[in-house]
Amino acid sequence: MNYKLILNIALHLLQARLKQTVVAAVGVTFGIAMFISLVSFMNGLNDLLDGLMLNRTPHVLLYNKIKPTENQPVSLSAQYKDNINFINSIKPKDRGKSIYNGKNIISILKNDPRVIDVAPKITTPVFFNSGTIAISGVINGVDVLSEEKLFKISDYIVEGKVTDLLQNNSIIIGKGLADKMLLTTGDIIKITSSKGSLASLKIVGISQIGISEIDDVASYTSLATAQKILEEPTNYITDIQIKLFDMTSAPIVAKEFQSKFNVDTIDYQTANSQFETGSSVRSIISYSVGVVLLIVAGFGIYNILNMMIYEKMDSIAILKATGFSGNDVKWIFVSLSLIIGLVGGLFGLLFGYIFSSIIDIVPFETAALPTIKTYPINYDPLFYFIGITFALITTTIAGLLPAMKASKVDPVEIIRGK
Amino acid sequence: MGNKVIETVGLSKYFLDPVKFQVLKEINMSIDHGEFVSIVGKSGCGKSTLLYLLSTMDTDYEGQLFIHEALITGKLDKELAQIRSENIGFVFQFHYLLSEYNVLKNVMLPGMKLGKYSHQELEHRALEHLKTLDMEDQALKMPNQLSGGQKQRVAIARALINDPLIIMGDEPTGNLDKKNSDLVFDIFSQLTHENNQTLLIVTHDTDFADRTNRTITMEDGRIIS
Repeated sequence: MNYKLILNIALHLLQARLKQTVVAAVGVTFGIAMFISLVSFMNGLNDLLDGLMLNRTPHVLLYNKIKPTENQPVSLSAQYKDNINFINSIKPKDRGKSIYNGKNIISILKNDPRVIDVAPKITTPVFFNSGTIAISGVINGVDVLSEEKLFKISDYIVEGKVTDLLQNNSIIIGKGLADKMLLTTGDIIKITSSKGSLASLKIVGISQIGISEIDDVASYTSLATAQKILEEPTNYITDIQIKLFDMTSAPIVAKEFQSKFNVDTIDYQTANSQFETGSSVRSIISYSVGVVLLIVAGFGIYNILNMMIYEKMDSIAILKATGFSGNDVKWIFVSLSLIIGLVGGLFGLLFGYIFSSIIDIVPFETAALPTIKTYPINYDPLFYFIGITFALITTTIAGLLPAMKASKVDPVEIIRGK
Repeated sequence: MGNKVIETVGLSKYFLDPVKFQVLKEINMSIDHGEFVSIVGKSGCGKSTLLYLLSTMDTDYEGQLFIHEALITGKLDKELAQIRSENIGFVFQFHYLLSEYNVLKNVMLPGMKLGKYSHQELEHRALEHLKTLDMEDQALKMPNQLSGGQKQRVAIARALINDPLIIMGDEPTGNLDKKNSDLVFDIFSQLTHENNQTLLIVTHDTDFADRTNRTITMEDGRIIS
């Protein structure tokens, strides 16, 4: 088959109906551009929201769960071994919140090839005292450097520096807490620990995560300071946070660590399942809107090609009479449609990119998200690839039906009808 | 190679709509190389129908059709298209020029499809044909800028581009005035004399038919002389 000639004829037919062709191509362009900007925006948003949660969540967390002993004394007794025992009013066992042998576990984990890094942490409830008012809150005693490496806490520090926490008796408090107690950087805050001991800490920074429930209660200090407030030795650690290279393996790894170190573990998938659901729903919405737009554009192409075939019946007849086969005629119209799809699609990608870039620079400042200045956009090349593939598939299908009709045109009927 | 360009054996054709009706009844005929044949007959006698069967465009018939002594009946659409491309040139009552192409391109198009000659050679040949038809200076015009007679001459040039075995015409002078149809006739007879071109023309113009080498008269689906 002579593709060059077929393409040439297709192009000439297009030129003869330039206005309609442009309208058809604009339909595709619009569909693709909307698809690209929508998907980029939605995914940008997904990344942002996921990041908000995931960046601050360890992939695997080792801690001591408050729970009753699994083997109650009665089950140890040989006498009642074969009986079914009902025990009422069980109380959780006090094993202390400290992870036993925490330092050893950390050094083992640091050598595990699957683990990016490990950050130990102490979480404890405290009271922040302001005059006679006591506000309940939480102190996170963190290993400043590894915490910064894994969770980028500096992103959420709106005043001061994270490294200031390395000084003794320093603290970074949540924005909500600071506003409530009218405290600023440099002030001294008084704290009552859960054990009743008092401490005075210097505020070196203000943090704002964007979730007011957290900002109203949370504060950061160094591991050593936290241990001091709690009057605990330096091996006291309540949580071990782990980030993995392969996030998806978290549930398996969590189980493994649970039996290996005899602690309780939770993986991020279990802890944040609702975020996963939200992301996938948003993706489905944006993809379906994009596909619908393209289908509408496809109908436009179908219409225009159909009209063109009726207009060009004579030309089709004479092409067939002078030696073009039905297949050749079919390819002429399929290439017509493909040209519209390709040109429209490429412009769509371009405009999609432009729209995304415009959205990307639109200011988006909200108190809830201090680190975000503009709307988030994800420029994944995959979206562009999907976009152009969709464009070509829809236009080919839209063109194929009229093309089949054209290929079946009986030249004798047309020529004799004159 | 035999001398017969086209031969039919027991060619019959039925129209099924609105009622079954036999248009052509057991036609046996042949056309030799270099003949200038006209088919005449009253309206509805089946002369055009016969032409379209011979042209291979209409494949719904009984009997056998040979072109250049090769059996054509039962070939696929694609093979028939190739046969038309190589062997048959068409001139219809209506010119059927593609309005998107200029005159030269219109003439070249069947040649480009066949792909026997290079583009340059084809252009040269197209210009030669236009020259013999006295249309050389119109080569770069668009079809809608030409008169009826000129368009028909372009259509003839287009029919000639692939050196067809036979040129078929369905009332090629039907839409033309006396002067232009004489002109078209002169072109045809010049082609037979100078190039030994085989021609098969359906017409109801008896003046035209009388001047051809051989006239086939049809009546009620049969050849009567």
